Amino acid sequence: MLSYLWGFMIIIGIVVGIFNGNIAEVGNAAINSSKEAVSLCISMVGIMSMWTGMMQVAKKCGLVASFTKALRPVISLLFPGIPKGHVVNEYIASNMIANILGLGWAATPMGLMAMRELKKLNNNSDLASCDMCTLLIVNISSLQLIPVNIIAYRSQYGSANPAEILMAGIITTCFSTLVGVIFAITARKIVSRRHGHR
Amino acid sequence: MNFIIYVSDFIIPFIFFYIIGMGLLTKTSIYDEFIKGSKKGFQVVLDILPTLIGLMIGIGILRASGALDLLSGLLKPVTKILHFPSELLPIVLVKMFSSSAATGLLLDIYKEYGPDSYLGRLVSIILSSTETIFYTMAVYFMAAGVKKSRYTLAGALVASLASIVASVIITNLIF
Repeated sequence: MLSYLWGFMIIIGIVVGIFNGNIAEVGNAAINSSKEAVSLCISMVGIMSMWTGMMQVAKKCGLVASFTKALRPVISLLFPGIPKGHVVNEYIASNMIANILGLGWAATPMGLMAMRELKKLNNNSDLASCDMCTLLIVNISSLQLIPVNIIAYRSQYGSANPAEILMAGIITTCFSTLVGVIFAITARKIVSRRHGHR
Repeated sequence: MNFIIYVSDFIIPFIFFYIIGMGLLTKTSIYDEFIKGSKKGFQVVLDILPTLIGLMIGIGILRASGALDLLSGLLKPVTKILHFPSELLPIVLVKMFSSSAATGLLLDIYKEYGPDSYLGRLVSIILSSTETIFYTMAVYFMAAGVKKSRYTLAGALVASLASIVASVIITNLIF
């Protein structure tokens, strides 16, 4: 997938560069871009480490656990197909909290474990259950409240106030998640009416 | 509407105050934990670095050759109807498939127009409120061995569209 996308970028760039007479710039751009990626990552290490360090403190003093607990009623509302007290509730809660806090690398393993459990609950069918659809839609609607990467990039490229977009981002994120949730709940109702079961 | 920008300034200090305050109250050894956790940040960035180098080379070539200007020129008739800047349409489309390719294009926008320009702010807000649709679906459904995803794609597209529309509206309102 990405092989084609990346390959086309380079081939098309070089061909267009020859036609436009920009071939010298194309060569320089390749060299400079690779250097730029490294210097960007060096400044990103600072911001990213600041964030993961703070999140480790939050985890250790029990904040993450209490947020996860607070999410429980929301999860039972969104996923009526999951039995109470089932382990998948924990996975989904951890997945959502990690997404909200911008810990994407911690969110995915939890989300995958949740999917495997949901499949067992769905009699190992290769058709997605409504709960799976909801989990995916909510994940893709984006939950991340603090986009740490974006702030790091903005600061690297000389923004006067890298964090100025935070509140606007939170509003749009909440809005799109709300739309996703409404869609998931409505689709579940339509599907269950058609089949006469959940 | 300046209020929204004003609140933004408080978010990170507030989060830090809250976490550190809770840490002190629960007598957690906060400094040791911070040091332990910040090592994870190195790993996270190290994992991004190779893909970022690759994609920034690709996009650097596209920009220098003039192909990106050509593309946004071609897209102009479409984006004019949608009231959406033609420079950002490639990012929105690429973001559905690959987060790192979208990041490469995002950095290109910052370089060309600046992070504090209208385009820079709008793209910051869009990318902070959307996810990679096809990549996420592929990873999750493949892990579970599910072949038919039913209405997942429709729901994901609706939610992503909602966030793009909301981003345009809010950027026009507050900046």
